[in-house]
Amino acid sequence: MTGTHRPLAALTMLARDPLAWGLTALVLLIFGMESLKPLFAAAFPALERPVYEQDTFVALVIAHARIVAVSSSVSILVGVAAGIFVTRSTGAEFRSLVESIVAIGQTFPPVAVLAVAVPLIGFGETPALIALALYGLLPIVQQTIAGLESVPRAAREVAQGLGMSATQILTRVDLPLALPVIIAGVRISVIINIGTAAIASTVGVKTLGSPIIVGLSGFNTAYIVQGAVLVGLLAIVTDIAFGRLGRYFERWRFAA
Amino acid sequence: MIELQHVSKAFGATKAIEDLSLTVQQGEFIVLIGSSGSGKSTALKMMNRLLEHDSGRILFAGDEIRTFRPEDIRRRMGYAIQSIGLFPHWTVEQNIATVPELLKWPGARIRARVTELLELLDLEPELYRNRYPHQLSGGQQQRVGVARALAGDPEVLLMDEPFGALDSLTRVALQNELARIHRASGKTIVLVTHDIDEALRLATRVVLLDLGRVVQSGTPMQILAQPASEFVTDFMGRSEVGIKLLGLETVAGRVRRNESAEGTPVAENLTLREALSVFLARQVDRLAIVDGAGRPAGCLHFSDLVKSRE
Repeated sequence: MTGTHRPLAALTMLARDPLAWGLTALVLLIFGMESLKPLFAAAFPALERPVYEQDTFVALVIAHARIVAVSSSVSILVGVAAGIFVTRSTGAEFRSLVESIVAIGQTFPPVAVLAVAVPLIGFGETPALIALALYGLLPIVQQTIAGLESVPRAAREVAQGLGMSATQILTRVDLPLALPVIIAGVRISVIINIGTAAIASTVGVKTLGSPIIVGLSGFNTAYIVQGAVLVGLLAIVTDIAFGRLGRYFERWRFAA
Repeated sequence: MIELQHVSKAFGATKAIEDLSLTVQQGEFIVLIGSSGSGKSTALKMMNRLLEHDSGRILFAGDEIRTFRPEDIRRRMGYAIQSIGLFPHWTVEQNIATVPELLKWPGARIRARVTELLELLDLEPELYRNRYPHQLSGGQQQRVGVARALAGDPEVLLMDEPFGALDSLTRVALQNELARIHRASGKTIVLVTHDIDEALRLATRVVLLDLGRVVQSGTPMQILAQPASEFVTDFMGRSEVGIKLLGLETVAGRVRRNESAEGTPVAENLTLREALSVFLARQVDRLAIVDGAGRPAGCLHFSDLVKSRE
């Protein structure tokens, strides 16, 4: 009896899972945009080509994800390292300096960074990656500091008193306890990055922003919709996935 | 075991410890007592180098503690504090195994040690092993804290007001267990407290500190019966010194073996202080006494509280 119920239960659970829904919608749209042509043709009758065809949407999504992955990895590495550094006794004096620099990085609009970077470095991926990585630093640094500071003082004192070295305190106590908070920062940073990466197309990088930029310059609203919907869905799916990841690293909290 | 020789320590302009000399012998249960700001916690934390002393020498097993790596010396001393500081993301087992893991004991030995300690501290191993700290009561958490401090089989146990945050019932229960562990293991223990009754109940030697200096050091009996100064008398609670003295002795030492009395008997391992309470509560002047097995052991007269029969 349970044999017939278990797959059904699993299916029901899957059907209720927003991550499953989001992923399905994303995959269907990526591969099925072409077949929505009649729909876009009906919605935008004035347009000659109602679906973006200069690249496949598969290629666009992969390129977009790659830009985000590279720039976010840099943000995470630099941001977490900076957060750890300024919460150690040796780096404490640099804390306000780092926080200011990171805040400035967030204040500069990525478009402005691109405008400055392109004449210096030239067109292409590099200026875009620099702009995105800088822009994504703030939430990661802030949350790393907040997470490390939320570690109970007593736990750190005992860790030291029982004979853990500074590195052991960091890897066994500080980071595991701060991880859910750090992941919350990474989540915000990556989500912002997914949206912002679209503007990299203004300097010639292929992303999901390409149909949007082409659509804007050519008055093709359908292109804009196609690019924007995919960027949005990608962001939603990523957001849910990071939520899961954060809860996984905090699962001890829910033990009953 | 641990020897402080003319040790001083200042925090900025404030002197926390001044010319403190103290020897902790193997197997002693030393209780450092004093009001806040007396330097008792500072003295304790200098012993495992959580704080570094400014001048003087601190010897551990004969060597100046600065010749050891801080981590090594700390792994040879257990450490427990008032706020317990269990690692919230680790199970009870992982918490207790902290020092054995640092010492790289083999897994089977660690597991056996955790079981042994859970049993020693009256926590059903299979029930508690995999729980997280937030699933335990305050008293259970401190039991785990004490187990963790004992886990690496340390030569000395350092405890900074370990029972300060517990309710009085739990506190007394844990004090009794710590006394039992001390008797059974002969481990050297240094405990800091501001609770006089805790000091008198646990210590083999009480060290009273004030303004970073030793005011008096001696057995609980010496501190109460031969206070070195008015300050000691005041600190011990001037009006209650007599009552506290009664708390140091059990009924067994004064019972009249060849007499008997009416009424519900009391156990001979009660302190005289508890016996006094029974006398007053029952409004009687004689109590029937039984031994640990419940057999009649004799009788105690109210007047026996005043002095022992020579």
